Amino acid sequence: MSKEKNMDLEKNVYQKEKLEQKPTRNGYGQGLVELGKRSEDVVVLCADLTGSTRSAMFQKEFPDRFIQVGIAEQNMLSIAAGLAFSGKVPFVSTYGVFCPGRNWDQLRVNVCYSKANVKLTGAHTGVSVGPDGATHQALEDIAITRCLPNMTVLAPCDMIETKKATIAAGEIKGPVYLRFAREATPIFTTVKTPFQIGQAEVFKQGKDVSVIACGPTVHEALLAAHDLAKENISVAVVNNHTIKPMDEKTIIEAAKTGAVVTAEDHQVMGGLGSAVAEVLATSLPAGRQVPMEMIAVQDRFGESGQPEELMKEYGLLAEDIKQAIKKVIKRK
Amino acid sequence: MEIKKLKEQANIIRKDIIEMLVEAKSGHSAGPLGMADVFTALYFGDVLKHDPKNPKWEQRDRLVLSNGHICPVHYATLARVGYFPIEELKTLRKLGSRLQGHPHNAALPGIETSSGPLGQGISQAIGMALAVKMDKKKNQIYVISSDGEHDEGQTWEAIMFAGKNKMDNLTNIMDRNNIQIDGFTEDVMPLEPLRDKYEAFGWHVIDIDGHNIQEIIDACNQAKAIFEKPVVILAHTIPGKGVDFMEFDFKWHGKAPCAEEGQKALDCLRTLDGKIKGEHE
Repeated sequence: MSKEKNMDLEKNVYQKEKLEQKPTRNGYGQGLVELGKRSEDVVVLCADLTGSTRSAMFQKEFPDRFIQVGIAEQNMLSIAAGLAFSGKVPFVSTYGVFCPGRNWDQLRVNVCYSKANVKLTGAHTGVSVGPDGATHQALEDIAITRCLPNMTVLAPCDMIETKKATIAAGEIKGPVYLRFAREATPIFTTVKTPFQIGQAEVFKQGKDVSVIACGPTVHEALLAAHDLAKENISVAVVNNHTIKPMDEKTIIEAAKTGAVVTAEDHQVMGGLGSAVAEVLATSLPAGRQVPMEMIAVQDRFGESGQPEELMKEYGLLAEDIKQAIKKVIKRK
Repeated sequence: MEIKKLKEQANIIRKDIIEMLVEAKSGHSAGPLGMADVFTALYFGDVLKHDPKNPKWEQRDRLVLSNGHICPVHYATLARVGYFPIEELKTLRKLGSRLQGHPHNAALPGIETSSGPLGQGISQAIGMALAVKMDKKKNQIYVISSDGEHDEGQTWEAIMFAGKNKMDNLTNIMDRNNIQIDGFTEDVMPLEPLRDKYEAFGWHVIDIDGHNIQEIIDACNQAKAIFEKPVVILAHTIPGKGVDFMEFDFKWHGKAPCAEEGQKALDCLRTLDGKIKGEHE
């Protein structure tokens, strides 16, 4: 791959046991507090989930700019649109299954069509949510947000990146969806790791195959790549935190390895893998098309279980990514 | 503007509505005609603080049209009060027009939100009213809602929220015309007792004749003066008001007149329902 850029990742990035683990949503709470200090216009809404969405951190610092709407996600998102029309920068906090799940019409009309400067956040996405089961594991949120015009879709990879993404979302104009995970996941980026909306970052260079991932799955991809180096397979890993707008240039560049694997804790249909396939299928000339494999939930609902058990059951771990890499290389 | 002039203005708006719908060949007739007096009172009767030459004026009151399908009355009023050229009314529902079939805030000056899917306007108005309170300003936020959209659960989520938060800068004017697409509201999904329901949710309720312009203005002024409660004005209207063959008939809820029906409707409006001599007689 092209020019190297220092990613300033955590020095123990490949030793999972040595990394601190925290849920990405913690970064949301921290980012909100930081944004609240920077701008009086930032307001936060929550639908009876202040603790688990971490919006309580903002509520504590800025009670006058916090709005409790009760268990009413449709009302919450439309109120947010009204606030945005009056110059506020509202952050809507609940689980991904409820927002954008339950209030998609409000998202489509009041927010995206109306170009309201609303930021919505889906905590508890992916099967990694664990014991709560299928009803609370948002596996469709990327698909149903990225299909909406005017939308930006972000899936940060760890707590530090989530804080950066939250702040960046507050500082751009227009609707943004931020996707979080429930479980504690390794913190493998640092404050110095570059983050810019719309700019995918190559976390590891490689020659034989490129893994394009988002969310905490990026770390699983790095572990897979590290393992396969021992078998002389050179794997590039791209942190594709912005699923819309896609960084087409970096994706096309990554495909120069001749094979691509995508990895995400989301349904296979309509998610990151689909977004990457759309870019490659419409950009690469005949004869330079590359084989692809998609690590994702394969058109089934989630279920209860421990997060690690579920990641294994649904094939989302480093081991699964390794198998997909070997398979895609055979198809080259 | 004196009441007599306001009545004439409302009649001009009704004629605009008929002409727009005939030209568009689709759209809603009954609701827009029924609300012409309310829109006239709001925009011409010194109720709304607004400036057609400066639609984004920060000090303006907001008017959120929740039941977007009655937009012909809003478009005609906005054009007549000076937001955009009157000729543009004829572009309703046509390709490239700023007058979308359902209103779009990003398209046309004077339109605060996009609406069409029902039950979302009160919530958006609450957001605006909250922003005004946070900024310690005095603007009044008005919502126009339909009775039918009170079938939607979100409407009641919003009503509950506004009651809890004592949103006294919020006025909901409900078009209580008793019809929706499939029939009479009380047959499709009974809404009464509306006064009791709103009061139970912490609102102040005012019932008015939605065709009495003085009553509309007085109710809006009264609503502004109510302290620590949101106000709903139940505006009892006649769907299709002013056109005899449309009045009270739910079949005209979602239908536009053809050219011939349009001519009859215009004649009806010109003669004030046969009370004065028409020009086609």
